[in-house]
Amino acid sequence: MNSAHDLGGRHGFGPIAPEAENSEPVFHEDWERKALALVLAAGSLGQWNLDESRYSRESQHPVDYLRQSYYENWLSGLEKLLVEKGLVTEEELSSGRAFSKAEEELQKRVLQPEKVYSTIEKGGSTQMESDEPPEFNIGDRVRAKNRHPLTHTREPGYSRGREGIIEAHYGAHVMPDQNALGNRIGEHLYCVRFDAGELWGKDAPSKHLVFIDLWESYLEHA
Amino acid sequence: MSTHHHSTVPSDPELRVKALESLLVEKGLVDPKTLDELVDLYETKIGPRNGAKVVAKAWKDPEFKKYLLEKPTDAIASLGYRGRQGEHMRVVENTADIHNIVVCTLCSCYPWPVLGLPPVWYKSAPYRSRVVSDPRSVLEEFGTQLAEDVEIRVWDSTSEMRYFVLPEAPTDFQNKSLDELESMVTRNSMIGVEKIKEPENRS
Repeated sequence: MNSAHDLGGRHGFGPIAPEAENSEPVFHEDWERKALALVLAAGSLGQWNLDESRYSRESQHPVDYLRQSYYENWLSGLEKLLVEKGLVTEEELSSGRAFSKAEEELQKRVLQPEKVYSTIEKGGSTQMESDEPPEFNIGDRVRAKNRHPLTHTREPGYSRGREGIIEAHYGAHVMPDQNALGNRIGEHLYCVRFDAGELWGKDAPSKHLVFIDLWESYLEHA
Repeated sequence: MSTHHHSTVPSDPELRVKALESLLVEKGLVDPKTLDELVDLYETKIGPRNGAKVVAKAWKDPEFKKYLLEKPTDAIASLGYRGRQGEHMRVVENTADIHNIVVCTLCSCYPWPVLGLPPVWYKSAPYRSRVVSDPRSVLEEFGTQLAEDVEIRVWDSTSEMRYFVLPEAPTDFQNKSLDELESMVTRNSMIGVEKIKEPENRS
């Protein structure tokens, strides 16, 4: 979807004003600790995947997405998923009170404190098998398709319609557009090299390349 | 932006988090001790010192550097760093001619096992919007000047591949211990917005 999260090349956001690295805390507010932990703990119930999480954050109103801090966006995404997936009701969310316990099957999946480290250390690979041979070879000239799906995609707006060179093939990975809709399928993933001039026009500086990871169905031969 | 907003405006995040936590605990969906464990993990155990160990070892040990560039996920795991948000690693090496920078324009993808949670600026709209189109002005904000002929490579983390910059070693790295080198590696140098600072008494 073309919304506020797709930020590459946008203007007007002002300076970055980074905090000094050696004095920047991991969390700035106590509630941020809990927001992170709730997102990770609720995510481990296995009721949604990473792309559904991203899609949930992206599909907020763009004004809210840009106005809120990052952990607030995480929180909004989590609240939305909990309701959408039927884990809590709207009424429970707005009152902060549980009207019923979660189903037993779900309670069995709750991440236990002693399993935290091993769960995080295990992670979740997105590498998949694919029966199809890769369509593109390293060095091929390709064009990122001019597509504007209304749902989740990882093809950034600034790459669409632009030509680049296949720099690497990473094998087949979970296809995010489909994964966000609950379909876990593998598709070949490539790293594509773009010249800044192709992305930003002839006044772009030379000696500037942008590498973007793009799935096969985002690409066509150029 | 106006502080007055339509009726569905979320309340103070502190209150929202508190309400959500007690709701999920009451529903039996979250164990409060698990939340504490998760926070502790990312606040005290998984952070950029992990990445600094990887970099210092790569500078000192050419065999390890080769392993790191060829099989990054395995090489990093051999030092004990693996898992969530680092399942598929790629290491990009800075040289005298090439400078790499990592971003996620679409969200905030970042190599957690080696760098921990991303800093606020990395997740911010100014960084995500500008670094792909105007990296030199971004670098200037971090006090980083590159010669005109240095090629800048910006890696937009749009997939689950996680990019990690191997900064250029300081000039006298051979005379320094692993610990000394490790202490010179900043988080920002592994994102690519800074270079390793040479000690000030050197020209």
